Amino acid sequence: MDLKLKIWRQAAQDAPGKFVMYPIQNISSEASFLEMLDILNEQLVAKGEDPVAFDHDCREGICGMCSLFINGKPHGPDAAITTCQLHMRRFNDGDTIVIEPWRAKPFPVIKDLMVDRTAFDEIIQAGGFVSVNTGGVPDANAIPIKKRNADLAMDAASCIGCGACVAACKNASAMLFVSAKVSQFALLPQGKVEAKERVQKMVAKMDDLGFGNCTNTYACEAECPKEISVTNIARMNREFLCAKVS
Amino acid sequence: MKLYSSLTKKYIMSLAGLFLLTFLLVHLTINLLILVDDGRSLFNTVAHFMGTNVFIQTFQWVLFGGFAIHILFGFILQIANWMARPKRYDKKAISETSFFSKFMIHTGIIILVFLGIHLADFFVKKIGGTVPEIHSGDLAGIEDMGILVLEKFKMGGYVLFYVLSLLFLGFHLDHAFQSSFQSLGLNHDKYTPFIKSLSRILAIVITLGYITIPVCIYFFK
Repeated sequence: MDLKLKIWRQAAQDAPGKFVMYPIQNISSEASFLEMLDILNEQLVAKGEDPVAFDHDCREGICGMCSLFINGKPHGPDAAITTCQLHMRRFNDGDTIVIEPWRAKPFPVIKDLMVDRTAFDEIIQAGGFVSVNTGGVPDANAIPIKKRNADLAMDAASCIGCGACVAACKNASAMLFVSAKVSQFALLPQGKVEAKERVQKMVAKMDDLGFGNCTNTYACEAECPKEISVTNIARMNREFLCAKVS
Repeated sequence: MKLYSSLTKKYIMSLAGLFLLTFLLVHLTINLLILVDDGRSLFNTVAHFMGTNVFIQTFQWVLFGGFAIHILFGFILQIANWMARPKRYDKKAISETSFFSKFMIHTGIIILVFLGIHLADFFVKKIGGTVPEIHSGDLAGIEDMGILVLEKFKMGGYVLFYVLSLLFLGFHLDHAFQSSFQSLGLNHDKYTPFIKSLSRILAIVITLGYITIPVCIYFFK
């Protein structure tokens, strides 16, 4: 298939950027989206041009490194997948595909389509861990945990921290990410010990970094490759309120 | 404004909003009384009570506070939201979302403009003492707020402006009511679907309730 790619090019963080059109021919519908970009880059390198920088690592939807805002959607048109799991069969011959980096003040563009997601690491560093001594490995049944809570904690923990929630949110809010990280601990006994301090520190860090506020629009949930539920946001709102008043 | 966390601002916004919703319901109930009798005596009696009762008059200031807080925090939150994405996307985001939630600031501003005009039309005239008095009957001596309403709602342009403004209020409420519960951390499989339905029902009932009054007066009175 033959395509036109409209790609954001930006030489460095403080350099001005612009869109550049790249026509590309003979792309297999079986190629993945990132393979298609690899082909483009090989052609650019052969011509002596600067290849398009984009983030990727595992290429199997686990690591959370790939990003890309494709035709108005983070991770492209399909639901519940990352960009690396997107295939060219999802597009039609002759399509123009607009590829942009995540846009948010706390996610500055490093180069082309790569953004700096250190802000997420800083939120985790503010409290997204358990620091109480939990001892050696206990017997699996020594601590009774409700099946429902174990499932909810596991669902929250499936967040890969890719930042699609921030990219999709009209306010560039990080509420889905932070609430998933708060929830995965708050639901389990080891995490409950520090739950109050954790939620306050993580929210404070999120605010400091300049993420927007939640309008309960739920674009984050619609675009999350791991289908993290907005009920986590309600849980964080609840945890934070309880922490503030008790 | 770093005085409050983003979540605390949302709690304040939600609580103020829910408080204003109770005001809307009380205001609507009283407004509907104007359709009860042709002589407007029931409406005028209640309007007079609302305008003179010490408790209501004191509580009025709490209501003004509620409006001020909801409007102020609405703008503070929205400005922070705009600042969080200084460079916008070329291709507009097309994610599946709750539609009206994307336009809360826009519907909010329309309601604010309406509120200003509405206060100037009724509240300011009442305070300024320029409302005509009733000269005969049991209610002689009190203001005829009802005639003020009838005069306004006999003007086609005003009715159209009122109806359109109230439609935008309905759009605002459709998202607002259920969203406030999520912001306050109240989300559960058991009651969230009910709250979402109730949100839509409230939005429709309040909007239709308010719209009925000018439409009835314009066409039938």
